[in-house]
Amino acid sequence: MSFREEHDLHKRRFGRNLGLGLVLAAFVALVFGLTVAKVTTDDFTMQPSSEARD
Amino acid sequence: MSDASFNTATSRTGEAGFGDYFALLKPRVMTLVVFTALVGLLAAPVGVHPVVGFAAILFIAVGGGASGALNMWWDADIDRVMKRTRSRPIPAGTITEDEAFAFGIALAGFAVVMLALATNLVAAALLAFTIFFYVVIYSMWLKRWTPQNIVIGGAAGAFPPMIGWAAATGTVSVESVLMFALIFMWTPPHFWALALFMRSDYEKAGVPMLTVTHGRRVTRRHILIYTILLAALAVGTGFTAVGGPLYVAVALVLNALFLVGALRIWRRDEDMAEADGYAVEKRFFRLSLYYLFLHFGAIALEAALVPYGLGGW
Repeated sequence: MSFREEHDLHKRRFGRNLGLGLVLAAFVALVFGLTVAKVTTDDFTMQPSSEARD
Repeated sequence: MSDASFNTATSRTGEAGFGDYFALLKPRVMTLVVFTALVGLLAAPVGVHPVVGFAAILFIAVGGGASGALNMWWDADIDRVMKRTRSRPIPAGTITEDEAFAFGIALAGFAVVMLALATNLVAAALLAFTIFFYVVIYSMWLKRWTPQNIVIGGAAGAFPPMIGWAAATGTVSVESVLMFALIFMWTPPHFWALALFMRSDYEKAGVPMLTVTHGRRVTRRHILIYTILLAALAVGTGFTAVGGPLYVAVALVLNALFLVGALRIWRRDEDMAEADGYAVEKRFFRLSLYYLFLHFGAIALEAALVPYGLGGW
């Protein structure tokens, strides 16, 4: 069997890698969206820095 | 396994596609989890940012999926025997039991931590408890031990609206407990109706369903008793903060139909059921799916109408 030949196994492996890549990209976008949502809400306050506390 | 070593006969083993991993999450169960959790979130008196709400539902769904994967890991031996579950990824040989376990545990931890970060600790703790309940209490303990397995185990499927509510409010309240109770009381008649026409599957697998341990007459009586209790609860929920005139109207119609169905099941014996291929039981099972969907749909609609001065009491 030639290695050039596209086997069903390669297709599945590619599909799995592509799917995982897309899930990770979506997760990054979601975390970014969550961060924006949280810092733009009215009740968001920054932790006072150590200099300000002194 | 190297590329040079495979052949067509063995290539399915050990090389699962993306879809196989997705199938481990029990997508059909997940739709119910997503829907009821969303209703819990929408019915809550506190609004959440849409992105936070989306993230909350997503992580609840992932947590539900993780418990599905862990359930498939533990129940692989049963799944190999039952016709209904024989094509699942583990019995089909596409994913190993160890892979399913690692996948489930990793996703469960991920979902709980992310829900805590996105919303609050109460919601995350409820999600963690739900996963524990489904995997340890239901799958490992009750399912193979007592015919009351789905009565108590049904609690796992009832938690999502409570988690959705907690994600918005950070608390547990009467309304969220009522939504929990609605699914909790709905689960036994739903599954027992299924067990009436799928008995041989459960028998072969050695799962002590009520139909196997106590017989069909008792199961039919249990369906009727639970349906009566469920009807009282479902209609009563309509007079709380999550209910309203629309919900009460929907609940009255659906519960009347459900009660009639349960009465018909109770009145029949096995000869009558065999004669028409369990038509009444199958119809009751189908109705039970609409039953839950429409009750929660009505709760969501009541909440959606509130801003226009129409929803609720």
